[in-house]
This record gives sequence, structure tokens and C-alpha cells, in this order.
Amino acid sequence: MPVPKIAENFRGSVNKITLGATSADGGTRTTTVTVGGAANVVYAGSSESAGEKPIIAMDVLDVAPDDWPEHLLECYKDVIGDPAAWAKKCVEEYGADVICLKFDGIHPDKGDKDAEHAVKVTKDVLAAVGVPVILWGCNNYEKDNRIMPKVSEAAKGEKCLIGTVSESNYKSLTAIALADEHFLITEAPLDINIAKQVNILVSDMGFPLERVVTFQSTGALGYGIEYSYSIQERQRLATLGGDKMMAMPVICDIGSEAWRTKEAKAADAPGWGDAAKRGPLWEASTAVCLMQAGTDILRMRHPKAVATVKNFIDELY
Amino acid sequence: MFYSIGERINGMFDDVKQAIASKDKNVIQNLAKRQTEAGAKYLDVNVGTAAADQEGTMAWLVETIQETCKTPLSLDSQKLNVIEAGFKVADTSMGILLNSTPLNKKDDDEILDKFIALAQQAGPDGKIIALTMDKNGVPQDTDTRVAIAAGIVEKAMEADFATDRLFIDPIVLPVKVPNAQTQPEAILTAIDQIKYLADPIPHITMGLSNMSQGSTERSLINRIFLAMTICHGADSAIVDVLDDQLMDVLATAEMLMNKQLYSDSYLKAYREL
Repeated sequence: MPVPKIAENFRGSVNKITLGATSADGGTRTTTVTVGGAANVVYAGSSESAGEKPIIAMDVLDVAPDDWPEHLLECYKDVIGDPAAWAKKCVEEYGADVICLKFDGIHPDKGDKDAEHAVKVTKDVLAAVGVPVILWGCNNYEKDNRIMPKVSEAAKGEKCLIGTVSESNYKSLTAIALADEHFLITEAPLDINIAKQVNILVSDMGFPLERVVTFQSTGALGYGIEYSYSIQERQRLATLGGDKMMAMPVICDIGSEAWRTKEAKAADAPGWGDAAKRGPLWEASTAVCLMQAGTDILRMRHPKAVATVKNFIDELY
Repeated sequence: MFYSIGERINGMFDDVKQAIASKDKNVIQNLAKRQTEAGAKYLDVNVGTAAADQEGTMAWLVETIQETCKTPLSLDSQKLNVIEAGFKVADTSMGILLNSTPLNKKDDDEILDKFIALAQQAGPDGKIIALTMDKNGVPQDTDTRVAIAAGIVEKAMEADFATDRLFIDPIVLPVKVPNAQTQPEAILTAIDQIKYLADPIPHITMGLSNMSQGSTERSLINRIFLAMTICHGADSAIVDVLDDQLMDVLATAEMLMNKQLYSDSYLKAYREL
């Protein structure tokens, strides 16, 4: 008997999406980015089946952060509190592919800023940079439902990625993202079954699955990264098996999770090595690890970590 | 992934028979649409026995369906020339299933090779249903079924036809005939063994509704046996996809076997895959 052919033959692939709209497409972005398209597990198969390169979205906060460690703040000391200048710096100096505008300041416990503030920041950032923008709420449902629709409207036509929506809170933002033609982030609390359910729910509202990015929740290195890893891996396998409800590109929140860890933050820990190197290394390690489970968009913070991960991506793709 | 093959476009059904006689495209196109929406991965096309010109009728059915529907077809006939007539006019770019051939026949030792050659013409998505049946007829026991399946796999390999392009049908016989009650178990045991014949694993399919032929509890018998075959590794069946409860059983069995991710709306999601 001849030797049988045993090449893997996957049926599905990750949806390919292009964030950002240039003037030709009714927006004001100068560049767009395309992610997704993988038709195999990460780093297996042909280079064609690898899909698009993962991209880095650098975090810009709408207000000055109050819990960032010194080594991280140092990189942004001249722009903290000025989201437009901050975004510009990320793009021009640090090579961000995309800006993730995070509205921490609208959270009731972190400033309780109003819609006027959020809309102004959104417009300022969109005017300051030409790359696509992610608009990420404060994860307080009530506040997000009140403010994020206004933010969405202010960015109408720019084909932003907006989020997040969850199983228990998805209607308002899904409706407005649909109307304003944005892409949508569906969030699940490290639970693959709920992840699928949220996608079904937004799909039931008529939101096209081809405009969804999934966020499975992120655990940093040493703080639950294995849960994120195995869920993303499971999602990729479901995608390859043809599950259309799971075939979305994946976003990870590397930056805020990595910089919450004591290993990244602690300055006074002599046995742990130089804090200036340790923090970025913690962030980069988290990013590189989760990329291997299939991450398309990496939210990151420290420029050194960004440079390391960009280099890693370029070596591999 | 379970390949349900929608059985409704068959000249044995009165509505289809009449549509063929009066060349009523709407009935056929409507069935194609409804079965696709219900989750059929292939649409079976069988001219039945009513039409005098079987080849012409097959071609007409294929053209009629493909005017409005892109779901791959399963060209169903015991006669190669009828399947060929459909194949000639079919758009095979979405894939096609040739349904079906035994390992060999008394009057044609090469019948399987001919089916393989025809399927090859459609490219990598040209597939065939091969019955565990040979010139000696339909086997009644597990061992003969598996031996014939091994013969089918061997022929496919010799022809450089990937084994996952085979849908092996262990042949379902009505439970309501004398001494046939041993058949369901023999089929399940055969499925267990056929899975180990080749890598990639050949698909396992069957004409599910045969099981309940002539019985009173047709739908119930079909549903339960479907769940049992999935449990043993079957990944296809020719079924009435318009039977909602049957499709719920299919979705649930697939979910319980971890072939589909659970979600609270899994019954709905399953039909949209």
C-alpha cells in the first residue's frame, strides 16, 4: 500500500479585517491595518497560511494615569495628560501600528468624566494621528452605555474598533457600533462558552461577525497567562474546524495586565535585577507568549517592550 | 464537523415527483433553500423512479438547484451514467459528492475506480460515497462490512485519492424486518473499526431514514440512532434536515462529543455553521 497523505486540512480560517478608513473610504485615516487570515495554528504550515502579522496597539489614556510605575511613566513624561500628543508620540517615536484610546477617566471611581470630555479626547486623538484607533470604555457598564455611544458617533466613518461588549451588557454599544460602521470587541471572562455566546448575541442583533474582534480577557505572565493561552488556542482550533461563531481575530490587553504585576512594578527588589529592564521584559514575555496561542492585536505600553515584540514579529513573519 | 446531506430532493417524494413531471422549478429551488437554511452541507439529488429520462431529469434538477443555490450537491443514483449526466452540468467549484458506489459489482469490477476518476475531475473537493457492499451483495455482519471498507480504502490509496474524500456507508437496513435487530449493533461496531483503516480517517455516512423504514416511530428511531452513530464516530448522514428535532439531536450529540463548542445558544449556532 502506498504511503497515505496526512497533511492537515483545516476547513476554516480567521476572518480578515481592515481597521481604519482613509479618505477614499469616507474617513480621515492616512493608513489602515489588516489583521487575521490565519488558516493554521500559529507557526505551523506554510507562510501563506500564517495570515497577517500581529499588530501592536499602544495604549493612550484619556486622563493622566495614577498607578503607573516610574519606569513606564518616564517614557511619556512630556505627554501625560495630553492624549493627542501622547498618541502622536506613540506613532511617530515608538512605532505604534494602532492607538488604543482607553477611557479610564470616565469610570466613576477614576474621575467620572463626562461625554463632552470623552468626545473631545476622541476627536483630538483622531486629528493627531493617521493610524486606526481603538476606543475602549472603562468597563463600568452604566457609564460605558452612557458615554461610549457618543464616542462612537464622534468617530463615525473612521472604522474604529470599539468595545467592549459582554454577555450581560451588549445591546447599546452593539447597536451604535453597527450604525456608525465600527468594528466591535466582544469580551468574555476567560470562558470559551460565554465567548461564543456573546458572538451569537451580537450576531442576533444583526452585527456582522466579520466585524467582530474577540477579547477573552488577558492574564499576565505569572498571573493566569495559561488560562488566556489555552482559551485562545481553543478558539483558534474551533476557527480552523469551521466554527464561524469563533473565527474572529483576537485582541489581548498585555500592557495593563503586565504592568499590574509586582514583578514589573517593584523598583526596590535587589534580587530581581534592574527594574528598568525587568518591567519591559515582563510585558514583552507576556506578549510573545500569547502571540503563540494566536493573538492578532496586542495592546501594549512600554516602548522597549513594543520594540522587542515588533522585532520578534518581523523575525517570524 | 458533521456533514448532513439533505434528502428531500428525491423523486420518491410526491412533491418532487410532481415538480419533475411539470418542470416546476419553484418547488425544487424552495427545497434547496430550506434545506440549506436548516444546515444541510450537501443537497442530495435523486431523480427517483418516476422519470423515464433519468439522465435528462438529473441534469434538469442540478441546473434548477444551482440557478439559486450554492450548496454542494450529492448526485444520488445507482447508475453511473445518471450521476455523470448531473456532473456534466454541475458547478463543482463548491465541491461535489457522488452517491454512491459499491466496492465492485458482478458486472463491473471497476465501478469504484470509475467513481474515483469522476470525482478527481472536480478537484480536491470531489468526493464519493462508497457502500460497504460488493459483488456478493449487502453484508449482514461487522467483519464483512469492515473487510469491504478496507478494500475501498486500498483502492482509493492506489488511485492517489485522499482517504478523507471517501464517505464510507456501512449500509443501514430497516430494523423492522425479520432478524434485522442485530444490524444496528453490527453497524456501530463496524464504524468503530472503519475509523482505524486509514489516516486521514474516511468519513462515515449512512442513509439514516432506512433504519425506520416501515416502523411506527420513524422520527424517534432516526433521532436515537443518529445520536448513537455520532457517539461511535460517524460524521455524516443522509437525513431530513427539515426535521427540527432531528437537527437538535444532531447539534446536541455533536456538542456532547466535543465536536462543537458549547454556548447557551448552541442549537441556533449549529445551524449557522
